[in-house]
Amino acid sequence: MLVYYLIISFLIGVATVFNRNQTFRIVLLALFMMVQTSITIYAYLHIGADDLVYFKYDALGVIFMAVLTLLSFTTIYHSFVYLRHRRDNSRSQSIFFAALIMLIVAMNCVYLASHIGVMWVFVELTTLSVAVLIYHERTSLALEATWKYVFVCSIGITITFIGIILLSFGMGETVQIDFSFKALQEQLLVVNSSWLKLAFLFIIVGFSTKMGLFPMHTAAIDAHTAAPPPISAFISTTLMNVGFVAIFRTYSLFAHTVIQPWMNQVLLWCGLISIIVSAAYLLKVKHLKRMSAYSSIEHMGLAAIGLASGGIGYFAAIFHMILHSFVKASAFYQIDQFHRNFGTYIISETGNYFNRNRAGGMVFLLVLVGIIAMPPSGLFITEFWIFKAMFASSHYIFLILALLFLSFCIYSLTKNFLYILFNQTKDLLPSEEKTVASETWSQYFLLALLFYFGINPPAQMIQLIEEAVKYLP
Amino acid sequence: MINILLITFAISLIYIGIANRLSTVINILAVQGIILFGVSFIELIQINTINLIFILFETIVFKTIAIPIFLNNVIKKNNIVREAEPFIPDFASVVIITGILLGSIIISNIIDVGHVRKMFFIVAISALFTGLFIIISRKKVVTHIMGYLVIENGVFILSLSAGSTMPMLVNTGITLDIFVSVLVLGIFVNRIGNTFEEMNVDNLTNLKD
Repeated sequence: MLVYYLIISFLIGVATVFNRNQTFRIVLLALFMMVQTSITIYAYLHIGADDLVYFKYDALGVIFMAVLTLLSFTTIYHSFVYLRHRRDNSRSQSIFFAALIMLIVAMNCVYLASHIGVMWVFVELTTLSVAVLIYHERTSLALEATWKYVFVCSIGITITFIGIILLSFGMGETVQIDFSFKALQEQLLVVNSSWLKLAFLFIIVGFSTKMGLFPMHTAAIDAHTAAPPPISAFISTTLMNVGFVAIFRTYSLFAHTVIQPWMNQVLLWCGLISIIVSAAYLLKVKHLKRMSAYSSIEHMGLAAIGLASGGIGYFAAIFHMILHSFVKASAFYQIDQFHRNFGTYIISETGNYFNRNRAGGMVFLLVLVGIIAMPPSGLFITEFWIFKAMFASSHYIFLILALLFLSFCIYSLTKNFLYILFNQTKDLLPSEEKTVASETWSQYFLLALLFYFGINPPAQMIQLIEEAVKYLP
Repeated sequence: MINILLITFAISLIYIGIANRLSTVINILAVQGIILFGVSFIELIQINTINLIFILFETIVFKTIAIPIFLNNVIKKNNIVREAEPFIPDFASVVIITGILLGSIIISNIIDVGHVRKMFFIVAISALFTGLFIIISRKKVVTHIMGYLVIENGVFILSLSAGSTMPMLVNTGITLDIFVSVLVLGIFVNRIGNTFEEMNVDNLTNLKD
């Protein structure tokens, strides 16, 4: 099935590159979304089955695939809105959508890969395809961001590859090593712990470029700033999920070896420093998109801490990533509308957004409630579980520090969002164009999911997450 | 024989440190491709022809022919001044790269490399850090790509010394990815050349808080 998916997506992608007709472009994208939806449904119905030798429909992959498919609909819709307002020529629109299709396919393959080498290849492919999208606006800032993103990610992914090679060092020369996750897990049990530690460090540093976790978080921030807002939504959600899936799979690989307590310490530090970094930058941030990007770093830190705390933390980390995807995506879609209203992203040059665009202002208000994890936001539940897991694993100092710096983040986010929404002290230029309320429906839908899942998570999802964390200690 | 080749590779790393002209660096990269072909040829001589063709393709075609020609084109097209413009003097570069070599020898003695052949490990690790050093210490954007390629060469040596190999398909994917990322980076160098007058990293400091 996967092979048909790849072939059809490739053909649709090629057709999108050469197509210059707007109607036909919509037809092609609708076709692609049909294929994407059907592979997701197929994957859900065939959980546990292998496909194409190197892929497997496991629970973790299917969860994030479903999130990706859902967000693909909204991102493609908002990309159309974005491109229509920019009045880009047909050629650059074609390239935009072709790269978007390639990105979605590559992310899908990362989620499903059951072989660490194949996963590596597709993670690199996500970098290359998202580079085209970041550079879409063709400004010097976009150029700088793209250059930095591609370069840092390429170096990062090389470091990951060194980690993978180091793993095979530990196992000795004579055995034929199988690099699929399942086989590696058993082979790793006999490996010397210093090799394991070295390999884990290299792999985690490399994948942190994608997840936006502490050592290599900078590339993602710059990419957010320059990318078109619908693409920022993707970078902040599904692409960070790619990093999370990669790190989660690496963690499960090493989870049964002797280095597990040490590994938890490393992840705890990565998570805590991510939160501290984001808190520090959020206090002085001036650019709305950078603010949202730093908020994503904070949430990635929390997910890493959840993973490191064990127990209910595993469950909470995955759930956190899912809910964070919904709220952050709707925030970035709204930022696009916001940008069209004010013509700028600089927070201090805006204000009174609630009166200028009631529907959009309401989205920002709900995003604020969601993002700072105020009940009834679903993130409240997951953060509560993460802190509970930290308490249960007696990481009290980490817990106190994380809560302290989290309150800084909450303060800065609230201050800035309330400024944008309600500050009436300045005389602002009237907005250049009337914002359309119907463009916010998809954002309300995602926010509704966030609040609904917090109160009443569907049983199928719970079951999938439990399945994904079943084998962890 | 392998040791001689590996030592030549290590010497070429030091030479990159003092190579002032960009074309010299590109030539060194091409020579490194040939050395890597020699090493992998000796290593994998008993393995089947497909592997051999693949390695020939990866080292000679990619590393020695395609990428150097591509980089030369990039330099010509953008009228890049042919000096590498390091931030620090040549002498210091040589000292630092020698220090890196020495450091990797010490590291490989400290951690128990064991069955992994020590020579490979030392050269690979020093290529990795030399690449990073070149990226940090050079002003031009093109030299960053060259540093990245030196890192890739180091990784290639490391994967040779691991003995066991990835499946063919995965290997091909990895090679293609690296090749494409160099191409993409090169294209962006061209763009940087069109957008800014000088292709220095000083131009790329506008994104900040």
